[in-house]
Amino acid sequence: MFDLSFGLLPPAIVDLIIDATRQTLYMVAVSGVLGTLAGLPLGVFLATSRKGELFAAPLANHVLGLVVNAARSTPFIILVVAIIPFTRLVAGTSIGTNAAIVPLTVAAAPFIARLIEAAIREVDQGLVEAARAMGASPLQIVAKVLLPEALPAITLALTLAAVSLLGYSAMVGAVGGGGLGDLGIRFGYQRFMPEVMAAVVIVLILLVQGVQTLGDLIARRLDKRSRS
Amino acid sequence: MNAPLILSADQVQTPSPASPAPDPTVARPIIRFEKVAKIFAARGSNAQVAALSDITLDVPEGAILGVIGRSGAGKSTLIRLVNGLERATSGRVTVDGVDISALDEKALRAERRSIGMIFQHFNLLARRTAFDNVALPLEIAGVPGREIKARVEPLLDLVGLSDKRDRYPAELSGGQKQRVGIARALATRPRVLLSDEATSALDPETTNQILALLRKVNAELNLTVLLITHEMAVIKAVADRVAVIDGGRIVEEGATYSVFAAPQHATTRSFLSALTGQSLPPELANRLKPEPAEGRDAVLRIVFTGTHATDPVLSRVSRLLSVDVNIIQAQVDEIAGAPFGVIIVSVPGDAATVSAVVNAVERLHLSAEVLGYV
Repeated sequence: MFDLSFGLLPPAIVDLIIDATRQTLYMVAVSGVLGTLAGLPLGVFLATSRKGELFAAPLANHVLGLVVNAARSTPFIILVVAIIPFTRLVAGTSIGTNAAIVPLTVAAAPFIARLIEAAIREVDQGLVEAARAMGASPLQIVAKVLLPEALPAITLALTLAAVSLLGYSAMVGAVGGGGLGDLGIRFGYQRFMPEVMAAVVIVLILLVQGVQTLGDLIARRLDKRSRS
Repeated sequence: MNAPLILSADQVQTPSPASPAPDPTVARPIIRFEKVAKIFAARGSNAQVAALSDITLDVPEGAILGVIGRSGAGKSTLIRLVNGLERATSGRVTVDGVDISALDEKALRAERRSIGMIFQHFNLLARRTAFDNVALPLEIAGVPGREIKARVEPLLDLVGLSDKRDRYPAELSGGQKQRVGIARALATRPRVLLSDEATSALDPETTNQILALLRKVNAELNLTVLLITHEMAVIKAVADRVAVIDGGRIVEEGATYSVFAAPQHATTRSFLSALTGQSLPPELANRLKPEPAEGRDAVLRIVFTGTHATDPVLSRVSRLLSVDVNIIQAQVDEIAGAPFGVIIVSVPGDAATVSAVVNAVERLHLSAEVLGYV
């Protein structure tokens, strides 16, 4: 097989890096999807439930806001440890890549909720008024106006979330989650192999660049505001 | 003629004469405000602010009624009461006999489909093409896809945008965006169109095109239009009737022509003075004195209306009284389809001459007003 490291690293280490990359992508993809599934409705609710808004529920909005803030202010490495009982309940184990997906999802959901809230609040209120004047129900306004109009901003928000998850995933080595961060710490730092550390950092940079470029491209395709 | 394609059976009526408008005393009112008040809680205090007080106003079916007022006068609130975007604090607002203020949210949503609305900033969805924007109210109403296509295309035709159907709003000019807005407002075949400062973001030429389009849909679809504006020029161009709103109250209401010819309220006069031909040139206005004096000339405003608007009045007066009449400013306009002229003249300022000229003008069924002396 073609040597990805151009002979700078022994084949065994290259295999480790490929495995770790696969684990990282797996964790980020699954927690990203699950976090979006939870964060999207939460974000929509946060953006539409203040006083006088479509689904006005100021108290629920306030309480949910507090919970989201609390989750977001907990440092990720502490969150990982703190919710171990919950992780065991959900994943059946507290160790390994699958177990790591639980805290990653728990961290991603409130983050994504806030990003989606911000994206939806950017939609011109005049469009909501126009839709109301057409006789649209609150659900129709969300489905036909708010989400479609916010889609370019939501795409960028999810790109940002994916990049953040790449960073978070480096910390789940603490619970045996594996992945690139774990490899970097164990080989690069603890075994004093700076070439492994460098390789890990390079792969992460390439991943972040790739995710961001793809996200920007999709958002630009979706955005119809700046043509001509 | 594409318009009939989008008419439903209940809308097909004998077209009313385009101009002058049908006699509003004969047409039945389709929108009625009965003793309506709207009170807002002031932000950050317990104080209450009355946005509207004691509004009683009828919009005759098939008419274009313009409400003019300064910003903050309450006109935005007034128009939003008609489709329930705002709820009246007291009084009743009815559309075609339906009491809007008494409907619950669900019934109100159904009712809103028979009330179209266009906006100052168009409020088009940026990620939908012109076609899909016009289709939106139909999607919301649950109209099946095939029928949507059959209904949207004649509408784009009606507003002259068939060739722009696949363009996004960012690719359209302001006037084209408002045309899409009008097509969208007409999609659900409303009986009433609300226009919220629809031309305020447009340049004068585009404004005229949009107003002409409003006149066209008003005549072809027998659509009643309630519009709000802060520009007398808009009222002059399209409104059959005008209501002047100031401080949350309607201070004057009537047929546009008679309000222009004989404004009763100070607010109305000040709006009218913004129109060309109604106000004095600034250089003259500065020199104007309220009192006559030796050697001063009197400045008169003569308003020509109706059939007399084209009479050679000045030469007749000048010949009859052997008075030199100096024309300072003159303009003949058309209001609601009838000619309307304003001439500002100066004549020798002695009391005898002034009253002789005023009498002579009034004998010719025109109105003359002494503005001052220079």
